[in-house]
Amino acid sequence: MGAPRLLVLPAALAVGLLVLPVVALVVRADWSSLPQDVSSPAAIRALTLSLTTSLSATAICLVLGVPLAVLLARARGRGADVLRALVTLPLVLPPTVGGIALLYLLGRRGLVGASLDAWFGIRLPFTTAAVVIAQVFVAMPFLVLGVEGALRTSGHRYETVAATLGAGRWTVLRRITLPIVAPGLTAATVLCFARALGEFGATALFAGNTPGVTQTMPLAIYSAFNGAGVTQGSAVALSLLLVATAAAVLLVARAWRPGRAA
Amino acid sequence: MQGPPSGRGPDLTDEVARRTLDARVVVRRAGFTLDATVRAVPGEIVVVVGANGAGKSTLLHAVAGLVRPDEGTVRVGDRVLTGDRVLVPPAQRRIGFLGQDPLVFPHLDVRENVAFGPRAAGVHAARARAAADEWLARVGLTGFGSRRPHELSGGQRQRVALARALAAEPDVLLLDEPFAQVDVRTASAVRELVRAQVLATGTAAVVVTHDVVDVLTMGDRVVVLHDGAVVEQGVPRDVLTDPRHAFTAALAGTNLVVGTFERPPGSGGTLVVDDGPRIPLTADVETGARVRLTFPPAAVEVVPLDDVDHTWLAHVVDVEAGVGGARLRTSGDVLVDLDAGRAAVLRPLVGDRVRLRLRPQDARVRRSD
Repeated sequence: MGAPRLLVLPAALAVGLLVLPVVALVVRADWSSLPQDVSSPAAIRALTLSLTTSLSATAICLVLGVPLAVLLARARGRGADVLRALVTLPLVLPPTVGGIALLYLLGRRGLVGASLDAWFGIRLPFTTAAVVIAQVFVAMPFLVLGVEGALRTSGHRYETVAATLGAGRWTVLRRITLPIVAPGLTAATVLCFARALGEFGATALFAGNTPGVTQTMPLAIYSAFNGAGVTQGSAVALSLLLVATAAAVLLVARAWRPGRAA
Repeated sequence: MQGPPSGRGPDLTDEVARRTLDARVVVRRAGFTLDATVRAVPGEIVVVVGANGAGKSTLLHAVAGLVRPDEGTVRVGDRVLTGDRVLVPPAQRRIGFLGQDPLVFPHLDVRENVAFGPRAAGVHAARARAAADEWLARVGLTGFGSRRPHELSGGQRQRVALARALAAEPDVLLLDEPFAQVDVRTASAVRELVRAQVLATGTAAVVVTHDVVDVLTMGDRVVVLHDGAVVEQGVPRDVLTDPRHAFTAALAGTNLVVGTFERPPGSGGTLVVDDGPRIPLTADVETGARVRLTFPPAAVEVVPLDDVDHTWLAHVVDVEAGVGGARLRTSGDVLVDLDAGRAAVLRPLVGDRVRLRLRPQDARVRRSD
């Protein structure tokens, strides 16, 4: 049984649409100035900042998102449905809107930000922490949805067996639930990291564009592309660097897959 | 590790008392109520048999603590596991569960699967693995410890699941149609294994099944569950040779009809079956007595319609596949087996009138009071 042959046409267009832009990027790059562009202190700073903030954001998403996914997967009823919808909200929100929302919450006069400033002297906007928060905001839904889906698919039959073997809830979670959804968890983590790495809109509004502090790769690329007196060549070079980084992360995640034997 | 009870010493009765399962559970669902009692002593296999929907699995789930019964108590020895305002979680019940799907943990190798129970109980990893290897040897899987679950056959997986359940040293082992998904030969081998290990470990076991073979091969006692209620129980031989309930009779592959015996002066006897035919019968009971008659479907012959000597008239209600021929369901749910040759000659159709004769030597008559 094959699929209808006519499907090849739109499928080929889809592949073209997804792959050709990246090809164009590679083809049009100025390869002679590339080594210089990607090794410039500005590029290295942006890449380092991107990687550290994205990894931090992913770690926070894991620590907070996995428990949320576990609870959501087990929850039933209207309340759980509403919660599920709320959790996915950042997914459908334009990131710029997310950035404004974060400002209104955590800004100096924000809902929580005002108190943070008054009581603890903490000002989050336009700091590296703000970059991480913006990334967490946009990336966490990918993790929660991915892990919850994996948990639902696996069901709890193995967990029931584990319980009848004398395993308490923590043991079941640690030795059965999480290992069984490990492939889904890995995929969700990669998606989450990729989303954090590519985050632009919320970061720009909530964290700003200060080199070395909040200027991540996407912001650096945007600045280079629009910037006065800067060639667009460095923007392309930075883009290629980001593409290469993302590809490397994907490859590493594919190679490391616990529970592959399932 | 729980050794075989070789030294049957003076503490045996204590041991028996400590590990005896005593449960009565009531579970109400829309249009269905399960109200059943089950008891099993160490080393004993109680087979709960019933049709699909009789409430067998619900009973096991309630005993295992996976379902909260609406009423009732579950007790092992003097430990109350389910009762008024008591619901001990499954993990603390010491009740093992083996379902029809072995559910060998896919991410762990065979050894770690079997070692799971001991490790959950806090046994050091190395010791738990050594114990797992011993259990694997007991179920005939020596050397399989490093295999991954997907490399095993269905029967081997069921053995791993059995070893894993027993390695957790439960007081009670529940088996929910454990052989429904393995082939006949594997099922026989695993049945024997369950039987041997239940005896060796002194575990009280409850098996639920719809397969009469499980009753015959494993059952020390049988409990017949029908529509959520226990309709009869006892030693398999007694229950199956003298069924008192239609479901049990069907399970035993025998006809069971209940009626009133009539013997007018100067004539032979007749069993007037409730809502059924009048079966000519010789019996040593007085007229008017309530009687239970059992006979195998092969003990009935179809005779010419004009043969009125000790025969009765009936209708064909159903024609089903029989062993080596056809099985007719006739008026009053009396089953009649025809071999293929006879069936080809008679070509019975639904609605046909047939005249039947019962071979008297195959009929068992008992008073039903």
